[in-house]
Amino acid sequence: MNDNNQDLRVDIGGGLKLNNPVMTASGTFGYGREFESFTELDSLGAIVVKGISLRPRPGNPPPRIVETACGMLNAIGLENVGLEAFIKDKLPYLKGHKCPLIVNILGDSIEEYRHLAAGLDQEEGISAIELNISCPNVKKGGVAFGSQPDLARELTTTVRQATSLPLIVKLSPNVSDIGAMARAAETGGANAVSLINTLIGMAIDIRLKKPVLANITGGLSGPAIKPVALRMVWQAADAVHIPVIGIGGISTWQDAMEFIMAGASAIQVGTANFFNPAAVDEIQAGIRRYMRENNINQLHTLIGAARGGK
Amino acid sequence: MIQAKRQITLNESLGADIYRLSIQAPEIAATAQAGQFIMVKTGVGFDPLLRRPFSIHQTEGDEIQILFKRLGKGTTLLSKLAAGQQLDILGPLGNAFTLQEGPCCLIGGGMGVAPLLFLAQTMRSRGITPHILLGARNKAELMAFLPAFQALDGSLRYATDDGSMGQRGFIIEALPALLAEDNKAKWQVYSCGPYPMMRAVAAICQHKWPCQVSMETMMACGISACLGCTITARNTNRKGGKYLHVCQDGPVFAAEQIEWKS
Repeated sequence: MNDNNQDLRVDIGGGLKLNNPVMTASGTFGYGREFESFTELDSLGAIVVKGISLRPRPGNPPPRIVETACGMLNAIGLENVGLEAFIKDKLPYLKGHKCPLIVNILGDSIEEYRHLAAGLDQEEGISAIELNISCPNVKKGGVAFGSQPDLARELTTTVRQATSLPLIVKLSPNVSDIGAMARAAETGGANAVSLINTLIGMAIDIRLKKPVLANITGGLSGPAIKPVALRMVWQAADAVHIPVIGIGGISTWQDAMEFIMAGASAIQVGTANFFNPAAVDEIQAGIRRYMRENNINQLHTLIGAARGGK
Repeated sequence: MIQAKRQITLNESLGADIYRLSIQAPEIAATAQAGQFIMVKTGVGFDPLLRRPFSIHQTEGDEIQILFKRLGKGTTLLSKLAAGQQLDILGPLGNAFTLQEGPCCLIGGGMGVAPLLFLAQTMRSRGITPHILLGARNKAELMAFLPAFQALDGSLRYATDDGSMGQRGFIIEALPALLAEDNKAKWQVYSCGPYPMMRAVAAICQHKWPCQVSMETMMACGISACLGCTITARNTNRKGGKYLHVCQDGPVFAAEQIEWKS
């Protein structure tokens, strides 16, 4: 049986179908070009670019990152080029590729998110918007949107009205009830939810007797968070009827299959891109191999396979 | 730029926990320039998770060499690898030192001497004879990397913190005297080493002589994706911040680009 017999297509809502479920996570894949020497950009399920704000953001002071056991903490502070430069300098390159482009957006106010969505709605070559309501490293707004269901729903509703593009809401794990947050996004009109963003953590330099990161706290990512992410994807899939996109420490094809079997319709690879820039290709190849060896023709039949019909 | 598993051809202990490790990497050796670095996966599995950046110490034929000190988990794993084993490497990355007209001074301390050997060799191949100043903690550390520099023609001075070999104290103390030997010359100063050393070199050169420094930070990817390898700049960038990224804008910077922290 050759590769063409495997159908890896998945539906992530709002009419957006991907050729395969392997996407890149925002903030770990630059604007695509950084990885052109290492991966086949055209054959990715989708590229999710570094989060864009209305105006450029310089990010946080250094140190911004530190390695932890099987993971890393980051407090980049959403450094990005801003909407205008993104459209002018980054979008033309990305539009030249076959894979769907998903633009992650972030703001300090509902108004800012609305402007961003409306601005991107006018551009060609964008397949969906991912609403980042969950970055832990900015002082204003972001965290409140990500932790209060009412605010998340209101924000989603507003952005929904500003664009006809498929809308994904990226959820924070730093909440007490992930199901409530997923439902808030669904009620607000989201076509899918993606989760998890990073878990808030910290590290202390015992020689200097102070936090390692200038921001004090940072977002924990990498293989260390995978079991937590998997549990939350399972719970979110319980809570909503829209597709769930799994994120959190996915580094191998086996990790990806776990998320799909937990109920994720697609997955995003994040921190693994940093230590293995070919990770997305290897994960896709691994999924194909698994399907071939197990005589599975259509990947979508495995979504939620571990749930026993639940 | 390649990411590949390549064969180790040498992993030699030089004393003082310092090693030099050579890798068969023709694609990198062919294009690498002094100042560039590679990212190395020091072990299999997820701990350590991230690659480690290493300056290229020298190239010879199809091989590249790095110099490292066994300090943490990553370099301990690296120290245990043997010739014949494979190493997952990514490179060459970053910019390079820029060679300029005028007498050249290379000043390095500790593992910061790594890229300066490659730089000195590049200069020699172009007929430039650099003045080299090297600093180490003690004789054992100095003797780990000094012989490679002694093999080059040129003036070489060195110091150890404890005075066990060469001048006693920091090598930075020898810099003003060297530059004063030819006060009218347009010295080109190149430096890599501990942050306080490079800060002092930058201060001595300020407004007088062009100075290039090679900076080190924590780095997750090395390919401009993580935006984690930030240092503080003197000038504001177009994102409205005073930040530079070591892997993207460096690792070599003009000393005056940097806002040196006390």
